[in-house]
Amino acid sequence: MTTVSLDENTDLRVIGKSLPKVDSVGKLIGLTAYADDIELPNTLYCKLLRSHHPHARILSIDSSAALAIEGVVAVITGEDLPIKYGIMPTSQDEHALEYEKVRFVGDPVAAVAAVDEETALAACRAILVEYEPLEAIESIEHGLLPPSDEPIHDYAGPGNIHRMGALEFGEVDEGFANSSFIREDVFFYEGNTHLPMEQHSATATFVGDQLTLWSSTQNPHYVHRALARVFEMPMGHIRVIAAPHGGGFGGKSDPFSHEMAVCKLAMITGRPVKCTLTREEVFYVHRGRHPVLMWVRTGVAKDGKILAMHFKTALDGGAYGSYGPASMLYTGALQTTTYNIPAYRFEGVRVFTNKAPCGPKRGHGTPQPRFALELHLDKIAEAIGLNPVELRRRNYVKPYTRTINHLRITSCGIEEVTDRVVEASGFLDRKKRLGHGMGFAVSAYMCGAGLPIYWNRLPHSECIIQVNRGGVTLYCGATDIGQGSDTVLATVAAEQLGLWPTDVRIVSGDTGLAPVDLGSYSSRVTFMAGNAALQAAKEMREIIVKAVAEKMECSPSEVMVGDGKIGELSFEEAVVLAEERFGMLSTRGSYSPPANIGGKFKAAGVGPSPAYSYSAAVVDLDADPYSGEIRLNKVWIAHDIGRSINALAVKGQVEGGVYMGLSEAMMEGQLYRHGLHKQPSMLDYKAFTFMEMPEVETFLVETIDLEGPYGAKEAGQGPLLPVIPAVVSAVHDALGVWVDEVPITSDKIMRAMDAKVKGREGRYGPKIFPNISYPTIVKVPPFDASSSAF
Amino acid sequence: MLRLPRFSYLRPGSVAEAAQVLSEYGSRARVVAGGTDLLPKMKRGQMEPEVVIGLGHINELRGIRATEDGGFEIGACVTLSEVVASPELRAAYPGYVHAAALVSTPALRNSGTIGGNLCVDTRCNYYDESYEWRKALGFCMKKDGNICRVAPASATCRAIASSDTAPAAISMGATVVLVGPNGQREVPVESLYQDDGQFYMTKAPDEILTSLRMPSPGHWKSSYVKVRNRGSIDFPLVGVAAAIQMKGSLVEACRIVITAVGPQPLDVSQAAGALVGKEIDDTLLEEVATEAAKPARPLDNADLSYVWRKRMTRRAIEQAIREAAEVG
Repeated sequence: MTTVSLDENTDLRVIGKSLPKVDSVGKLIGLTAYADDIELPNTLYCKLLRSHHPHARILSIDSSAALAIEGVVAVITGEDLPIKYGIMPTSQDEHALEYEKVRFVGDPVAAVAAVDEETALAACRAILVEYEPLEAIESIEHGLLPPSDEPIHDYAGPGNIHRMGALEFGEVDEGFANSSFIREDVFFYEGNTHLPMEQHSATATFVGDQLTLWSSTQNPHYVHRALARVFEMPMGHIRVIAAPHGGGFGGKSDPFSHEMAVCKLAMITGRPVKCTLTREEVFYVHRGRHPVLMWVRTGVAKDGKILAMHFKTALDGGAYGSYGPASMLYTGALQTTTYNIPAYRFEGVRVFTNKAPCGPKRGHGTPQPRFALELHLDKIAEAIGLNPVELRRRNYVKPYTRTINHLRITSCGIEEVTDRVVEASGFLDRKKRLGHGMGFAVSAYMCGAGLPIYWNRLPHSECIIQVNRGGVTLYCGATDIGQGSDTVLATVAAEQLGLWPTDVRIVSGDTGLAPVDLGSYSSRVTFMAGNAALQAAKEMREIIVKAVAEKMECSPSEVMVGDGKIGELSFEEAVVLAEERFGMLSTRGSYSPPANIGGKFKAAGVGPSPAYSYSAAVVDLDADPYSGEIRLNKVWIAHDIGRSINALAVKGQVEGGVYMGLSEAMMEGQLYRHGLHKQPSMLDYKAFTFMEMPEVETFLVETIDLEGPYGAKEAGQGPLLPVIPAVVSAVHDALGVWVDEVPITSDKIMRAMDAKVKGREGRYGPKIFPNISYPTIVKVPPFDASSSAF
Repeated sequence: MLRLPRFSYLRPGSVAEAAQVLSEYGSRARVVAGGTDLLPKMKRGQMEPEVVIGLGHINELRGIRATEDGGFEIGACVTLSEVVASPELRAAYPGYVHAAALVSTPALRNSGTIGGNLCVDTRCNYYDESYEWRKALGFCMKKDGNICRVAPASATCRAIASSDTAPAAISMGATVVLVGPNGQREVPVESLYQDDGQFYMTKAPDEILTSLRMPSPGHWKSSYVKVRNRGSIDFPLVGVAAAIQMKGSLVEACRIVITAVGPQPLDVSQAAGALVGKEIDDTLLEEVATEAAKPARPLDNADLSYVWRKRMTRRAIEQAIREAAEVG
């Protein structure tokens, strides 16, 4: 394990403590105003009319009957908002309201502003839309075929193919030729959604020539840009405020139709306009986990060392691009961050289908291949007679190395997280008996994407700290979506200034008040905004200490900071002194990831991160051989957090990830039938309740990352990843059957058991991977080591 | 959020008055007690009453009374939580009380009533979504359409009987009191239902279910097994109520009622005849359960596969008999 000496040579006072989040009291007593709690005077309420067809041309839209309804103030259609947008520069394929064609059941075609929701809903139903239905594409396989009518989109292609990629690193054929054992497997991961407790909500005002939008968005900066594009307005006249969140998980990361609609309607009517989605609409907005079909072939030497791996994926993207180009590449990018794979080939494709668009959900594009990879390694271990932990240990990446696909690995606690869960669970000494099983898996995740979503050289995160009247205010564009990023920023500043986290006022997620932060995605906020806050806080500390040192007539290094004191002065006295001496006290910090963390090839933008977190899990369960029912007994999870900024918040994130992983693994499915979502309600879309949650024992491993703020890494996404394969592996351990598909439901286990009883392969899952015409493989030359220390 | 449509709310002072206004408005009205079934369905446009008649405040419909024959009469507006909290009912009818305890969630059991649970709407995943969703899918005969989406060849709706307490009440030989414009009548719970998911109740639209009469438990021991995906919230995928009388280790009599495997609860006690006079063993139980599960016709209109639900019917029957007989 690496250690690092902190520049201030004192014990940490608040970093690492288990403290309540700084915003917890407001939430507990019900005073926090979430987006739907915002009620401005004279507000109009907006409802969207959504398509009832999965794929159809729009022949006409007649709003006259809707406009005639008393209480209806305005109706807009797509022609009022003709400029397309999309989160990624390469996929600007969404209209706020579609007017040429609709691409899934739920695609918005019109928006109404009325005196109340009831009237707006009645008006939506009065709008007449004439459609000409087109063939609906409902599966990956279907999306790969040439369309019989017309492609879903008129860009990309051929047919309904959105994006493809094919890369090779090292000599893959040679690796397979040298292997003593080769195995191929096919896996399927069903799509699922984020299911945040809070539905999306947005309110807009247009006053003078200033547009303001309050929204439950994770990424106010990207919404800000999208609004500027669609409304052709200068960025400086638009302010986007991310309201406190009731959960995001990636589902509030895109600019959305309802946000565009309330802005336009506010401009037309001159009144505040608000739109809150119903739960059903949240299922249609989606941008959740892609369904992915996967094929993996791995060759190993006699000792189990991986010599070559070939990984193929096919993603069901749904109706729009969203983050899809990145999602596709993520299904191939991070396999190398846990295992040393000397030769690696990846081929991926994302197809458009007539379903709600997929996008980023916790783990973005990596839970699916992680599920496949970990089970594939279990099968290899079983075949060559190694225990699954040993096989993995023989292939683990080492700290401060470079992967074959050019990713820079720094601090790496993969050995330590393995030790913790294997020892605590007794995994290697488990008693074999029918119906009881344990499964083990590991994973890694990024601490922030190394590159922004659109190309620019600006810092990824910026902070301002202002001190006056004895108080500290920290401004940062980062958005607290419940993960605790405000707490992280407050704690980082408090540590430097000798205060308590609740002494620091946070102004975040507001493009009008705070400097830029790219947003709450890719687990980037602790690492990136945390570093920006640290820089600003250190500078502020130096200024105040300097003033106090002058008064005390000592050197700044002799001024002790802590417990609300700067030297012999109270913090308040000290800052008055500093303000007298230096004028208005304001410092700033900014963070950009280092340039050398990834490769220079095309598609190298996906995967690099300034650091990776590591997680390991063991799942213990009982599985009924007759019914396939699973009872979870316990989960052990260990997470390499670098350093905890707040151990309680980290554990909350880790255990929340375990919960979400178990629920995805065993229940959740964004399923479609007859061209529409099968169950867009919280009653029928099954997700875990308290009753299904087993005991979770959490271990935090601190590897003190050299570049993270105080050595911290991420916790928001990584810990979900190993849980899913560990569940499926435990079922195999219990019953001797493989379910190569999630969710692993009772009926799938039952079918695998039935097959086994009948003497067939005891397996449930996809049998073949389609024959896909991937592009010519780009052979990427080895990383140029001269550009980096490792 | 989903909004309730406009409706008139009436608050009659007595059961007689309630029956009178109900007959006045006929199919334009619905009664409401806990509202846990009706209100969400009104929001989704599955039920569109112009008039909603409140019953929850009527004292006659509340209370649990011991009857002269050693049984109990439970008012229709007694909540499921009140049933679960009653030691007398728990001792006499463990199967029924357990069924009540497994309905939905604690919050909904605090509001939902025993009368409401006996009358709870049948369920189908081609039907239990919003108006907009059903419009996109194509309406079904249960509401706004004319075919059965899960079984297009079926002349009747195949929505699923979803009351947990109904099979338990049937297994105890319980009756309900129905009050209509022409007075009251008492009918076995079993005959309250029919094999049609749309018109799933036999009672007249203007009759109000006012109480459940549970006969003396005598020597009947009872159980209820609920199969569902999650340990809370979910409606039954299979429900099995068993009641059994033992003489020593021998079975004297056994009743089995299964639910959620078709539009009405099914009394399959006949299959249990093979147990009478015998000790319960694995082979015999399997035979009985296989026979008893035969009428189960799960379709692809609920959670998980129908093949699995059919198999779980056998499993749940075995388990329910074991639990009632208190044999391992």
